[in-house]
Amino acid sequence: MKLFLRGLRSGIPIGLGYLSVSFSFGIMALSMGFTWWQAVIISMTTVTSAGQLAALDIMIHPAQYAAMLISQLTVNVRYSFMSISLSQKVSDKFTGIKRWLLGFFMTDEIFAVAAAEDEVDPKFFAGLSVIPYIGWTLGTLLGALIGNVLPAIVLSALCLAIYGMFLAIVAPVARKSRAVLAVVGIAGALHCVFYFVPWLKANVSSGISISICAIVAAVVGALLFPVKDQEEVAE
Amino acid sequence: MKDFWIYLLILAGSTYLVRAIPFAAMRKKIENRFVKSFLYYIPYAVLSAMTLPAAFYATGNVISGAVGLAVGGFFAYRGKGLTFVAIVSCAAAFLAECAIRLVAQ
Repeated sequence: MKLFLRGLRSGIPIGLGYLSVSFSFGIMALSMGFTWWQAVIISMTTVTSAGQLAALDIMIHPAQYAAMLISQLTVNVRYSFMSISLSQKVSDKFTGIKRWLLGFFMTDEIFAVAAAEDEVDPKFFAGLSVIPYIGWTLGTLLGALIGNVLPAIVLSALCLAIYGMFLAIVAPVARKSRAVLAVVGIAGALHCVFYFVPWLKANVSSGISISICAIVAAVVGALLFPVKDQEEVAE
Repeated sequence: MKDFWIYLLILAGSTYLVRAIPFAAMRKKIENRFVKSFLYYIPYAVLSAMTLPAAFYATGNVISGAVGLAVGGFFAYRGKGLTFVAIVSCAAAFLAECAIRLVAQ
């Protein structure tokens, strides 16, 4: 119970962050012609920012099922790496059925907080998932219902929330580890190339380019700065 | 709107399986140092690629986006928590946006 409560507390900032991010998802879904309950069902069953955004673009066209599958696999392939990464840190109590149930909640931020643990207990992970899930659902509902009430200037500022959260996850680690700083720099710089070279921007979707840049940067990092056994656990 | 339910099934199903299968299947400790290192770096690389350069355009104005990120980056570097950094980033971008509109008038 103690572990569950500690997880619950650790999830509060993620939940608040999700509230504002999914709020903009709700607004976007309605502006594209979806109903409020469709937006909420998408959020409750999927729980991912980039994937859901990509999905909206596809769903407004009829019957592009293959495109949906391909785009989701490329946008979300990072979750597989996170799941494998976290599988190395879970405690013995994380049995098969718990992995199948709790794996549903493997988002970037939940992963990042869980990965900071020395050993991940299923109770901690379950607690950690609760408030982000509520925040993600509630934010979508509120965005869909009252999004158009807020002035545009507030809405556009809120779009920065998720990136602020990313900064807070990466910066403290990059500050301590030059290797992480290098990996982060390579991934970011490479993705700018994808964004600013017109041919690449026109022909490579952002889901695919994110995966390519991340994989290249992590491979370079693994080749140049292989982690020592203890260091990986400590940081 | 029967399309909606088929789409939803593909969307939610593929997202879930991509997360759950590797989590449930990986029962052994990975010994390979290269793979271990790769797995250690991948989340940070993903977050960085998602942030750059998209975050600068998130507010619809590069200047307010840059101001928000600079302020957020400052506090993130100082080790502040997720919520705090997210809120000050938004607040700074909002103030910058207000300032831009004042100047433009």
